[in-house]
Amino acid sequence: MKSTTGLAMHGITHHFGALRVVDDVSLTISPGELVCLLGPSGCGKTTTLRIAAGLEAPDSGTVTLNGAVVSGGGVHLPPERRHVGFLFQDYALFPHLRVLGNVEFGVESLPAAERRARAMEMLEQVGMADYAKAWPHQLSGGQQQRVALARALAPNPALMLLDEPFSGLDKRLRDLVRDETLQVLKRNKVATLMVTHDPEEAMFMADRVAVMRQGRVVQFDRPEVLYNAPADPFVAAFFGEVNQWPAEARDGKVDTVLGIFTSPQDGDIEVLARPEALRLDQNGPICAQVLAARPLGPVSLLHLRLDGQDMRARLACRTLPQPGETVRLSVDPTQIFLYPRT
Amino acid sequence: MRLFNRFALTAAACLAATAVSAAEVNVYSARKDHLLKPVLDAFTQETGIQVNLLSADATQLLERLKSEGKDSPADLFITTDVVHLHAARTAGILAPVNSAVLTKNIPAKYHDPQGYWFGLSARARVIFYAKDRVKPSELSTMEDLADAKWKGRICVRSSSSSYNQSLMGSLIAHDGEQKAEAWAKGIVANMARKPQGGDTDQIQAVAAGQCDVAIANTYYYGGLQTSAKQADRDAVAKVGLFFPNQDGRGAHMNVSGAGMTISAKNKAEAVKLLEFMAGPSAQKLFAEANSEFPVVPGAKLSPTVEAWGKFKAEDINVAMLGENAARAVLIFDRVGWR
Amino acid sequence: MPAYPHIKNGLSTPLPWLLAVLVLAGLAALPVLVVAANLLAPSQGTWTHLAQTVLGDYVVNSLALMGGVGLGVTLGGVGTAWLVTMCRFPGSRPLEWALLLPMAMPAYVVAYAYTGFLDYSGPLQTGLRALFGWKSMRDYWFPDIRSLGGAITVMVMVLYPYVYMLARAAFLEQSVCVLEASRTLGRGPWRSFFGVALPLARASIIAGLALALMETLNDFGTVQFFAVDTFTTGIYRTWLGMGQPAVAAQLGAVLMMFVAVLIALERLSRGGAKSHHTTTRYRRLPRLALTGWRAALALAFCALPVVLGFAVPAAMLAVWTVEVGLAQSFGGDFLHLAGNSLILALAAGLAAVTVAVVLAYAQRLHPGPLVRLAVRVASLGYAVPGSVIAVGIMVPLIALDRQMAQTVERWTGASPGLLLTGTVFALVYAYMVRFLAVSAGSVEASLAKVTPSLEAAARTLGCGTVAALKRVHLPMIKGSLLSATLLVFVDVMKELPATLIMRPFNFDTLATRTFTFASDERLASAGAPALAIVLVGLIPVLLLSRAIAKSRPGESE
Repeated sequence: MKSTTGLAMHGITHHFGALRVVDDVSLTISPGELVCLLGPSGCGKTTTLRIAAGLEAPDSGTVTLNGAVVSGGGVHLPPERRHVGFLFQDYALFPHLRVLGNVEFGVESLPAAERRARAMEMLEQVGMADYAKAWPHQLSGGQQQRVALARALAPNPALMLLDEPFSGLDKRLRDLVRDETLQVLKRNKVATLMVTHDPEEAMFMADRVAVMRQGRVVQFDRPEVLYNAPADPFVAAFFGEVNQWPAEARDGKVDTVLGIFTSPQDGDIEVLARPEALRLDQNGPICAQVLAARPLGPVSLLHLRLDGQDMRARLACRTLPQPGETVRLSVDPTQIFLYPRT
Repeated sequence: MRLFNRFALTAAACLAATAVSAAEVNVYSARKDHLLKPVLDAFTQETGIQVNLLSADATQLLERLKSEGKDSPADLFITTDVVHLHAARTAGILAPVNSAVLTKNIPAKYHDPQGYWFGLSARARVIFYAKDRVKPSELSTMEDLADAKWKGRICVRSSSSSYNQSLMGSLIAHDGEQKAEAWAKGIVANMARKPQGGDTDQIQAVAAGQCDVAIANTYYYGGLQTSAKQADRDAVAKVGLFFPNQDGRGAHMNVSGAGMTISAKNKAEAVKLLEFMAGPSAQKLFAEANSEFPVVPGAKLSPTVEAWGKFKAEDINVAMLGENAARAVLIFDRVGWR
Repeated sequence: MPAYPHIKNGLSTPLPWLLAVLVLAGLAALPVLVVAANLLAPSQGTWTHLAQTVLGDYVVNSLALMGGVGLGVTLGGVGTAWLVTMCRFPGSRPLEWALLLPMAMPAYVVAYAYTGFLDYSGPLQTGLRALFGWKSMRDYWFPDIRSLGGAITVMVMVLYPYVYMLARAAFLEQSVCVLEASRTLGRGPWRSFFGVALPLARASIIAGLALALMETLNDFGTVQFFAVDTFTTGIYRTWLGMGQPAVAAQLGAVLMMFVAVLIALERLSRGGAKSHHTTTRYRRLPRLALTGWRAALALAFCALPVVLGFAVPAAMLAVWTVEVGLAQSFGGDFLHLAGNSLILALAAGLAAVTVAVVLAYAQRLHPGPLVRLAVRVASLGYAVPGSVIAVGIMVPLIALDRQMAQTVERWTGASPGLLLTGTVFALVYAYMVRFLAVSAGSVEASLAKVTPSLEAAARTLGCGTVAALKRVHLPMIKGSLLSATLLVFVDVMKELPATLIMRPFNFDTLATRTFTFASDERLASAGAPALAIVLVGLIPVLLLSRAIAKSRPGESE
């Protein structure tokens, strides 16, 4: 594998008309690292990806690839000269070429025999070697995805860009293909930037995740940091439904139905509690009335009422509590977050 | 390939500007190919001068000549009517020709006074009648056709035809614009059907009984008489030819003709071709192939034309017809002659 | 949400493409601009005269003609396309291609044949009179052939294939899924047709309709035979009769505005329909088998246009050819004429399609208003009456030519004369201007099939703009390129006014020869070259039909 210094984006800003879709985005990816851009639709993540690919020219900011500036400062290297791989949401397989032709497409400069060998090698890696002679329209969605991956990787790109690559697949297939894709990417030690709106997918795939909202990167860190120390309520809420209510902090303390917590500052506070923050605990300090209970498999979802406040809890329990029952709970303070109210 | 000949020729001309390879003459023509071709072939045979022909619509050829100006490859412009020759002269794209042969052969009324163009064949625009429904004694002048007694009995083609325009040009010249317009109004009121088709169609309509009289050029009648089809000859047998205005100015005449362009590079050849077309063998071909009247006095008529008998032709210089054409169209528009 | 709504802005837009598109579009638009430039010329009161006398008739007749032809080609084209695509009845298979046959028929030939045949003095009415002993037209009633109705009928018969072809292609491309979805939502086949299939095919139908209406507007021969005064005949009359080319061109410019409206309508209807197909799964179309009177009705409806628009006139041509004698018809310089026609048509087809590809692709890369405007104006040449645009083409070409000649003269002291005028190159240029709209529409529509992500994929895989065009776009749309070439090919085979005025000396094609004979009223002799045009035209029509049938994904495998 060639040595690279990966991708660096600095101060990227981009508009569509008057609308600022990417706002001062900066991020870096090292070789072999997988970074996810995570955010709701319309947050600018796909545009950021396309700017990295050279499919869009940013209004300002620089993109550096392997140490060379490819966008910014009057430079805009077109996508065909950036040596990046792009995996499209709809796979974008060329309908007029067979599977092998598609994978060979990007390595045209190689001699025929080498080209074929390289393409077959990539098809082997994704387990599609048997389909080399097939036409794209004869393949299932998952097969098309794998061919597209092989095609993007065949030229041995310095950077892989993945745009919602699994959104077209059903859930069971998605998990499988996701796992395989991750392995193939890691094996090829390629710097990867992937766009997704699925936090679970981001957590699973990424070494680091950049959460985006309204064109800005809100937080850029390892998944566990994101989960355990979300920068703001938006990031916290993005990993699943949260219980959220206002409170007031005095003397560095805030008093809530879940107990008293240390607050970094006084005044109006927003309290966020993940449903996972609550545990069934016979000796727990909190008493709650069960309003409803639904089994979800490994855990159960409970609607509870504590001191007149409704709350959701996601907890492991062997027997499902019945509505009307009273349960005792303890709290995991690492899953409680306090933010100053703005 | 032949298409690229011109390229080769011009390239050659470029290298040796003075050397003219083979004698040739370039012709833009609005005449029908099959009528002109035999004349041109005879010319080539007699003189060895090659004739290059481009046949197209007269108006467009005129525009092309105007655009090309003095760079035009054309030496000669041939038309079927005076209207376009007159327009070409007005546009300044014709050059006068001074040829004793032409002025001697062609009567003054059939050529431009300054020699910008020359009539080559003449045709009369006359009245045709259904032999079984109209007595020749009922017919007299063109003007008379506007009389109410002909209501619903006349066939004539659209006023877009330059032949109708030149007929109207003649009426304007003789009767004045006001009377001419009144006449046109009368004709429109007497039409058996709205103007449609060509002159042949008008004669056919008389034969078929759709109308009793028609206005058309003589050679279309001759064309039907000499047709290879029995049906045509049968039809035309039911139709008579009447030369109008014999007690007055004579039947209306218009001409086909030609003029030399200002760009002519093959001047001598062009004049030679003009003179040839005004000469006996070409005049005979015009007369025979298309039942036209030769412009050269005393030239022999075809037997078909001969059989129509002698008649008096109007004396007006045909240049006048070209001048009046635009006014004629305005009149036609006003009276609703489509 | 569309995957990449803003793809166009991002791909770098190399200057060479922009320059190429502006130069090519400029060349194609120049003649139109020359015509339009006359708008500014003074009219010396001619407009007042026209407005007081004939202008009203021109407008009313042109609109009535467009209305009638539009209605006819839409009903005929869409109806036949739906029947042969979605239903099975005796003869429906051969009718799939036979319905395209009238395209090969030059309208003026059909008009000539029918007016000659049906006229008062024609064989049919003469025969009827002989049979029933009628003396004159007062004894019986026969529809007036030379009328607006007659003109509309003939034009519908030769122009409906434009709508048929595009509507059929659209129906074939529609996924069965959407129709089945409609059926499961409780709509019967007919309501599914009106509710789903027709709206989905609307853009294609309107595109076909626009082509047919442009042909209607620029037609001169047919309306002249049928004695209908339209804008087009008015242009001739003003130009030739009144000697007022400026006013004629002004009328022409008004006509172009009619057409601009048509084109705008077509664009508008296409605007929202940028949908790439929502599904990539296709199955064989479930064809509704018709029986009994329904089958008979369907057969009659589909066979009528073929019989009237093709079989009858073709038979007349064949009879004339035999009457004249085969040796005489196809002897002499016939092969030479055919060769000229073929070479010209092929060269023009390739030129028009190449230019269309460059324009369409550059427009994708550089979707600015300037390029869009240039391309639109370049396509207007199709709608201007042939003779007017012929002059529009001639004027700038000759001006350029003279400029070149003068430059050479200044250097060498000797003028080379006109190098382009009156050559095959001039003709090919003229055809390109005239028929760019035909190829451009087809190419643009098919380029839309290349989704933005395919383009982006090619770019990220190392293809530049030219390489992407060569390796992705062109192979994907080669079917459409073929049909675009063939459409232009057929049009050039039939083209008359520009050929007549722009051709080299002593140069004839099948079309000019047909016209020469026909205008000499030697209709019988015109049979052979006209028949040859039709026969040559048949080849592309048949290929086209195959290409359309194969355009349905999965159907060919």
